[in-house]
Amino acid sequence: MRISTQWLKDYLKLDIPADELAEKIERTAVEVDGVIRPDEGQKKVVVGHVLTCEPHPDSDHLHVCQVDVGEDEPLQIVCGAPNVAAGEKVVVALPNSWIGNHTKIKKSKMRGVKSAGMLCALDELGFDEKLVPKEVADGIFILPDDAVPGEPVFGYLGMDDEIIDMSVTPNRGDMLSMNGTAHELAAIYDQTPNMPTVDLHEDEQDDATDQLEVRVDADEHDVPMYKMRLIKNVTIKPSPLWLQIRIWNAGMRPINNVVDATNYILMQYGQPLHAFDFDQLKNGHVNVRLAKAGEHMTTLDGEDRELLPTDLVICSEDTPICLAGTMGGLDTEVTDATTSIALEGAVFDAVKIRKTAHNHDLHSEASMRYERGIDHGMTETALNAAAAMIAELSGGTVTNNVVIGRDEDVQPTTVTITLSKINHVLGTTLSVEAVADIFKRLDFETTVAGETYTVTVPSRRWDIHIPADLIEEVARLYGYDNLPSTLPTGQPTIGKLNETQQVIRDSRKLMESAGLTQAISYSLTTEEKAKAFALHPSEVTKLDFPMSSERTTLRLSLVSGLLDDLAYNNARKEHNVALYEEGRVFYSQPEQVRPKEIEHIAGAITGSMTKKSWGVAEQPVDFYQIKGIVEGYLKSLALDDAVSYVATSDHPEMHPGRTANIFVGDQLVGFVGEIHPNTAKAYKVRETYVFELDLTALIALPKERQQYQPISKFPSITRDVAMLIDDTVTNATIVDLINDKGGAHLQSVELFDVYTGSHVPAGKKSLAYTLTYRDQNATLVDDEVTQAFNKVLAALTDELGAEIR
Amino acid sequence: MSLQDRLTELRDQGLADIKSADVLKKVNQVKVDLLGKKGPITEVLRGMRDLTPEERPKVGAYANEVRDRLQNAIDQRRAELEQLAVNKQLAAEKLDVTLPGREVAQGQPHVITQIITELEDLFMGMGYQIVDGDEVEEDYYNFERLNLPKDHPARDMQDTFYITKEVLLRTQTSADQPRSLENHDFSKGPLKVLSPGRVYRRDTDDATHSHQFHQIEGLVVDKHITMADLKGTLTLVSKTLFGDQFDVRLRPSYFPFTEPSVEADVTCFNCGGKGCGICKQTGWIEVLGAGMVHPHVLEMSGIDPEVYGGFAFGLGPDRFAMLKYGVDDIRNFYLNDVRFLSQFYKKG
Ligand SMILES: [Zn+2]
Repeated sequence: MRISTQWLKDYLKLDIPADELAEKIERTAVEVDGVIRPDEGQKKVVVGHVLTCEPHPDSDHLHVCQVDVGEDEPLQIVCGAPNVAAGEKVVVALPNSWIGNHTKIKKSKMRGVKSAGMLCALDELGFDEKLVPKEVADGIFILPDDAVPGEPVFGYLGMDDEIIDMSVTPNRGDMLSMNGTAHELAAIYDQTPNMPTVDLHEDEQDDATDQLEVRVDADEHDVPMYKMRLIKNVTIKPSPLWLQIRIWNAGMRPINNVVDATNYILMQYGQPLHAFDFDQLKNGHVNVRLAKAGEHMTTLDGEDRELLPTDLVICSEDTPICLAGTMGGLDTEVTDATTSIALEGAVFDAVKIRKTAHNHDLHSEASMRYERGIDHGMTETALNAAAAMIAELSGGTVTNNVVIGRDEDVQPTTVTITLSKINHVLGTTLSVEAVADIFKRLDFETTVAGETYTVTVPSRRWDIHIPADLIEEVARLYGYDNLPSTLPTGQPTIGKLNETQQVIRDSRKLMESAGLTQAISYSLTTEEKAKAFALHPSEVTKLDFPMSSERTTLRLSLVSGLLDDLAYNNARKEHNVALYEEGRVFYSQPEQVRPKEIEHIAGAITGSMTKKSWGVAEQPVDFYQIKGIVEGYLKSLALDDAVSYVATSDHPEMHPGRTANIFVGDQLVGFVGEIHPNTAKAYKVRETYVFELDLTALIALPKERQQYQPISKFPSITRDVAMLIDDTVTNATIVDLINDKGGAHLQSVELFDVYTGSHVPAGKKSLAYTLTYRDQNATLVDDEVTQAFNKVLAALTDELGAEIR
Repeated sequence: MSLQDRLTELRDQGLADIKSADVLKKVNQVKVDLLGKKGPITEVLRGMRDLTPEERPKVGAYANEVRDRLQNAIDQRRAELEQLAVNKQLAAEKLDVTLPGREVAQGQPHVITQIITELEDLFMGMGYQIVDGDEVEEDYYNFERLNLPKDHPARDMQDTFYITKEVLLRTQTSADQPRSLENHDFSKGPLKVLSPGRVYRRDTDDATHSHQFHQIEGLVVDKHITMADLKGTLTLVSKTLFGDQFDVRLRPSYFPFTEPSVEADVTCFNCGGKGCGICKQTGWIEVLGAGMVHPHVLEMSGIDPEVYGGFAFGLGPDRFAMLKYGVDDIRNFYLNDVRFLSQFYKKG
């Protein structure tokens, strides 16, 4: 909403700089986007009087003009506008002047003829093309005859106005009018606004109700009020300049005297109005109803629109002629030929108008106001004011009586509140008088009994219904700067992370210490990527109406998003990337309306984790490096059950020979491995290793009881075994067997060498382990260990076919 | 020549030999030659039996003195030579300490996480619990319970991703408010919660819009919570985060779930309040929305607004990070370019 400070001064004594006023509005009422000064940056633009206007000798469209700019000698200016003519008062940009859009005008020559300046059109003065009246869009602007040559032009065009551009919140629809804003400022500055009265003359011989019939078929909820006025013998023409200025400074385009009058009243009262060409109504008949499915209507913009059953429409003999509150119809539009006007002043349901504006993508000054609500108490006043203004501007007469389709008994709202409640909520110690004074400034009639206020809120503040609404009024007018600054008192509480939150934080730190940097990827992705790398099969959760095909479905894994991140880095020549992410995945639950949200932690590594440096070769990540990270991480979680890694080829996105499912006990909690080369190709990444873990499951699993184990005072004895064994026998199998046969004193089994290659027979590999024996309570005897060790060797030979070396 | 003179001669010769020995081996040789069992001093001592009983102790004492003197000289020379050898070795082992160390891979937290963590810690210190709400929420909780019935014009302020008619991706972490309110046992004390997390809006991604971003919502409800408490809390937060010279001012605003509703501006961290491009010359930067919990929100959660009241506030870590670090494109937070992520060093 653009508020002209010049217009405001009709109602208030405002001897305050516009910036200060804007600041005050922002600190007390609604946000201000800025102060617009149409003449900002423009200089030496004056009124000129075209004395002579001759065709240019070398051009078929240029004219050479002698222009009086209030100086001793006229200026010679070459002008190409079709409407330039001798005798006109025009806008002259003098030599070395600045006009709109930071343009400087200098003396020049046009086709050999000297030109000292420029005659200007409105858009050259910085006017938005959308605000320039159509009839002056193609030429220079012609000023009124009484304009004085040499005077700055800005005052004649309203460009010396200062316009406050407010961003009105949905609750303050009352400020979408000059009236409302004037009342607001009156409260802020403790003034009584001087609001205009309506001076309407009706032709008592000519009764509108005899000629115009209005029926409202829609219910009272949808159309609480519907009234019309009939104005006859109008002449349609451009509005006087003062009105055009108010219209364009309000951010609208002047159209003609009738439309401009309705827009002026709209701005003044916040009441949308619509003017119909009365002679285009069938038999002077109007009815208001909901549209029927399949009905069509052509709106003012020439669009044929299929109406929806939620659209309120104005009809004439049941044929739609106007989309209520949003846009008029082409058939009943006011044109230059119009002589009689049926003028509508109505109240429509906010939700209905909101739907119509949304569904037809028709957002107008009118619909915006209906959506936020309007002052029901002011509808008839606005209708009368507009009728009077149209009659005055167009030479017409207003017929007798308002034609009422539906009327509403508008009553003020009464709200009761106590001083102690106000002080309790705000933390203030305001006095009875101080609060009463604020209500008085708001012009709310108030009675005070003890410390209880009974406040009668006028219809212009329809946003106020409950005590909290009044508290807000008191707070903002008292001033937020004046509120004390305290901290909550009362029973102390302890703030600490719960177990899940603590584990998540710790997990992030562990990943970072392991060399992985935290990524935050998008939860929404394509359906295909959402399903990829899912730990458990699940249906996906899809958006009903996605914004783009790239973001349609909630992810089931984090790895998929991390691969997108890797691809983004690879495309930018960053080939060494190690990322992890901690976040939610979304498992669809057939019985539930919402998916199950599970915390996961995942990592993806490509290239080398450390940079190539002097003395250190680049070491590309491999399976065992990422597995080491996962092992270290899981160890830190102190899980009670054993962690095992089981080869799997079940994940289609993963390398079938280099992927392990991770189990804790017998519960599947994740996987680790290399992505399938096809996956790498599809995601546009290089060789990449990933892991994904179900963090929610890991947090829920039982943890080791942490208890001190005494450190044995007795020495340990070690034995090494090297063996040649079939390639197909896994490390896990061997370690399990050793542990199984190792005896009571076997403490640990460590693999220290793996060899496959030319020095062992095909199909075989060489493995070597260190077995450590210790007795907690006594020194072990060598023989005892040898005996136990030999049992292990025998088992390896007998059960696994190992050849001990 | 008397034995004494002989000893003196041996001593002087020995000291000269020790002094001139330039390697350990030579020192050792001098020792063997002089002090060994077949050495000249032993020889001299053997000659003592020819002396008178009066002379014997005198010469004996002198011989011991010479022997000790030589032994000391040998020890000292040995130590000198050992030190020289060590010095030589150290000189040979000299490194260029300005060569880079061998890298140990080290990751770091995302800048958004850093901001959220800092705020979580600050509010936990003030007795707030951290609450992680669901990202997929019911329309009922995300909107209706926050005083945003269907067809409320303020719903336009938040274009929404719907999954079904009733289920959506939360548009605000305020969606946790009603659940926190209805789950809290007020007989155990006040409700003080902070809800950080991801939120979603139906926006086209560009430099200033992202369909996914973060919010942190705070909520305090008790019997005696005032708007002054809200102002004090926000002031404390900004002073803790930015420094003592930072201030907070409140401006009227509108959120359906609070009344009064305010925007909170903080002194511009770029110019310190003097006015600059970032704060549009105002000296203030809008960082928070806040207000007193709307009585309807309390009522819908079964809490009597005549007895209880509270405040709520919300801020966007993405916007915060953009302002604080001058990040000019919000998409940077979600594309995970390592050249971007690595710029924000770990702060805890
Ligand atoms: Zn600044």
